[in-house]
Amino acid sequence: MIHFVLLISRQGKVRLTKWYSPYSQKERSKVIRELSSEILSRGPKLCNFVEWRGFKVVYKSDQDDNELETLSIIHHYVETLDRYFGSVCELDLIFNFHKAYFILDEILLAGEMQETSKRTTLRLIAAQEELLEAAKEEASSLSSIIAQATK
Amino acid sequence: MDPILNPFSSGTRLRDMIRAIRACKTAAEERAAIRKECAAIRTSINENDPDYRHRNLAKLMFIHMLGYPTHFGQMECLKCIASPGFPEKRIGYLGLMLLLDERQEVLMLVTNSLKQDLNHMNQYIVGLALCALGNICSAEMARDLAPEVERLLQFRDPNIRKKAALCSIRIIKKVPDLAENFVKPATALLKEKHHGVLITAVQLCADLCKVSREALEHIRKKCTEGLVRTLKDLANSSYSPEYDVSGITDPFLHIRLLKLLRLLGEGDADASDSMNDILAQVGTKTESNKVAANAILYECVQTIMSIEGNGGLRVLAIGILGKFLSNRDNNIRYVALNMLMKAVTADPQAVLRYRATILECVKDADASIRKRALELVYVLVNESNVKPLTTELVSYLETCDQDFKGDLTAKICSIVSKFSPEKIWYIDQMIKVLLEAGSFVKDEVWRALIVVISNASELHGYAVRALYKAFQKSNEQEAFTRVAIWCIGEYGDLLINNVGMLDLEDRITVTESDAVDLIEITIQCHALDFTTKAMALVALLKLSSRFPSCSERIREIIVKYKGNFVLELQQRSIEFNSIIARHQNIRSMLVERMPVLDEATFIGRQAGSLPDAGSISAGSSVSLPNGVAKPADSLVDLLDLNSNDAPAPSSSGGDFLQDLLGVDLSPAAQSGANQTSKSGTDALLDLLSVGSVSGPVESPSAQSNSSAIDILSASKSEKASVSPLDDLSSLSLSSRTTSITGAAPMMDLLDGFASTPPKSENNGTVYPSITAFESSSLQLTFNFSKQPGNSQTTNIQATFINLSSDEYTDFIFQAAVPKFLQLQLDPASGSTLPANGNGSITQNFRVTNSQNGKKSLVMRIRITYKINGKEKLEEGQISNFPRDL
Repeated sequence: MIHFVLLISRQGKVRLTKWYSPYSQKERSKVIRELSSEILSRGPKLCNFVEWRGFKVVYKSDQDDNELETLSIIHHYVETLDRYFGSVCELDLIFNFHKAYFILDEILLAGEMQETSKRTTLRLIAAQEELLEAAKEEASSLSSIIAQATK
Repeated sequence: MDPILNPFSSGTRLRDMIRAIRACKTAAEERAAIRKECAAIRTSINENDPDYRHRNLAKLMFIHMLGYPTHFGQMECLKCIASPGFPEKRIGYLGLMLLLDERQEVLMLVTNSLKQDLNHMNQYIVGLALCALGNICSAEMARDLAPEVERLLQFRDPNIRKKAALCSIRIIKKVPDLAENFVKPATALLKEKHHGVLITAVQLCADLCKVSREALEHIRKKCTEGLVRTLKDLANSSYSPEYDVSGITDPFLHIRLLKLLRLLGEGDADASDSMNDILAQVGTKTESNKVAANAILYECVQTIMSIEGNGGLRVLAIGILGKFLSNRDNNIRYVALNMLMKAVTADPQAVLRYRATILECVKDADASIRKRALELVYVLVNESNVKPLTTELVSYLETCDQDFKGDLTAKICSIVSKFSPEKIWYIDQMIKVLLEAGSFVKDEVWRALIVVISNASELHGYAVRALYKAFQKSNEQEAFTRVAIWCIGEYGDLLINNVGMLDLEDRITVTESDAVDLIEITIQCHALDFTTKAMALVALLKLSSRFPSCSERIREIIVKYKGNFVLELQQRSIEFNSIIARHQNIRSMLVERMPVLDEATFIGRQAGSLPDAGSISAGSSVSLPNGVAKPADSLVDLLDLNSNDAPAPSSSGGDFLQDLLGVDLSPAAQSGANQTSKSGTDALLDLLSVGSVSGPVESPSAQSNSSAIDILSASKSEKASVSPLDDLSSLSLSSRTTSITGAAPMMDLLDGFASTPPKSENNGTVYPSITAFESSSLQLTFNFSKQPGNSQTTNIQATFINLSSDEYTDFIFQAAVPKFLQLQLDPASGSTLPANGNGSITQNFRVTNSQNGKKSLVMRIRITYKINGKEKLEEGQISNFPRDL
């Protein structure tokens, strides 16, 4: 299984963290610190795998996970983000970090692959956003009623 | 409340806060901005205003990602989750997963909300609850909510079924007992067409197989055929845009199916047989130029290597890895090396065919690849290829990166000492390594080189000349300098006179003053630390006796250190000066050649003092640096002791002891040996009749009394193989053991004669053995004895017995103790534990209890081993130690 997903900018800023195994707050920041310095210092042509504390990382996975597949999962996630935001950039992820999380939650669950169709993933996200919109409209109509009533 | 009236309400929007934080120029500014924001959020939380809850939580998540503490927001998550609306619940669950983990007790409070949401009318809310549960549930929650999840496996909407399937994985990992409830619904899902449901069902089945033997049998019997068909349909399916990844339909599903088939095929010939065709098809038909395709091939190779043998398929698999190795993509080469590592146990010959390519990978620019390749080379080395491989690695040492040198040096040293066919080659290689990367060579490794040289009397001359020649060219490496100085001091006469020339050597002319020059230059070198200088002083003293004509000059060099600010050097200088000037009569005796260092003793000490020998590689493969000494060789060496012109240690007590042993010991020693090694008796008798007793038995007398324990551990560490040497050392071991418990009358006799009886004080207390750990598969007993003269330290001998019917390999024992205890582990007697109690592994260690008398020993243990390549782990705590240890 995948133990955690980290999204770290080239400058070393954390943009998304998702932990599928229990780590204390202290361990989490240690992992992030150590890994980001290790990975960001690697050149562009080197392989995507780093061995770190007995685990294989860019992603972190079990010993018996298929590294190439995990790499494909990362691609898959990025492509889904791409479709959602329309060619995703770092700013999208900074200001809409929660949406990046919601999308990840539709692709991975319990550290395992949940959905391999990008279309299905995005359809589910869209359906939930409709629910949000509906709730917002309801709330605003409610608050305008209250506002009028208290005038 | 109106946000405008309250300056501290969380008036700013999430977007504005992010902007403000990003605008901060320094870390201090950022901290200040966040402190302010957090204060505002806290106030808002205290006001308990539901309107801002959503926004506060989103802000806290962002702050959390930046690494600031956000625990005060945890209760807000729970409130959001408990509120009725979808937007609040959604952010609440997200916060729950981000800000909490399963170990926080707050989490228990959410169980009720989860239960309600799992039964909610709105399927998206059910989805949120499943997602949260699958990502962070604890064992208690798993137990409480398993029925709900089980029911949801049959929910009408497939998107809920797939989430429920993954959530079930988490549940059975937390509580394996629940597995049986999930087997039926999980296998039912395998028939679905929806890819999301199918892939999650396959994963759930794989995890069921891992936690439950019955589930594995059931799925193997009922589902193997269906899964093979599903994979076949998938592999042959036409283009489908929804699931296409660079020309392949759903590689993820391919991989999960292959993974599950692997579990089903392992150890079952019929199941393996039924999947041969599809594996061959996937292995040959998959086009391999994209990551996704290679990922499938890689998985396919793993499955082929794991299921029951089919020669043709194995050839195909190794062929695929060979192709991977020559791929230009580093990722592909990396996984190939990884996989070859696993294949090497099954078929080393096939892997050896790629030796040249693998060696190239050791020199790769990519550190990850280098590391993998070096590990692989390391396991590929054997007696027959050690020479060419070492030559390659040593030559690469000259050009490789500084940060790789440490790893490479350690591996070379280990290979050389483990597989070296002859001592002269060992000495040559070690000199090369020391010259090239001396600073990376561990202290015990260069010390081991000295021990080996001192043991090879026929090579003394060769070694000192080789070191001298190399030393003339370079003196940059301190470790090398130390070895060279030691040898020149010791064997200076052999250097000058070209004694013991080998055919392959060129004659060199070195005068006495050349040798002294070299040491003089060295001792003046400021870069060297004082230990090296002290060694140089000793070497000079020795040379003053070996080269009488240079004696006066040497005295002058030594005298210069009379005022040195390092006390050690100052003192030596004064002492040595007075020896040379005034005590000519005893000088030659003082500086005679060192008695041969006993290799077994050296290793034992070293193993005891290596800080991580116990904790990391507890014994399976502690690299004993004198691997050079094949058992037979060392026996000869030990016997050589007597013929050697070096004077044997001659404390009168020791001699007496020897005489005694030579004449009388055989019955006692035999009875001792019977306790430890049954098969050893004959060999022992032979040895004794040869009169070789002096070897190991004299070493105790050469040591000070307190080192008796070193001998014990030394001989234990050598017990791994049955060899004459081992028998010899077990002889000394057993005689010692008996003496400590005071059981054999023979030993009492010895005690009476030995000049200082070291063990009498311990004869009083005998500690009962305990069964420290017992499971259905493994039994561990501890035997105790006290270290002479040290009531705080207990020697413990651990004996492991395998109660199952499978052989255990790669057996490793690890132990941890609280701070008031100190633990030193010696290497284990072996790493393979035969089945059905047919033999045992023993491992010695010492525990020092700084609170002796107040607190009892306590220890946590961890045992790992492999059954047919599958890793097993057993853990436990031992608190039934005898009280006064």
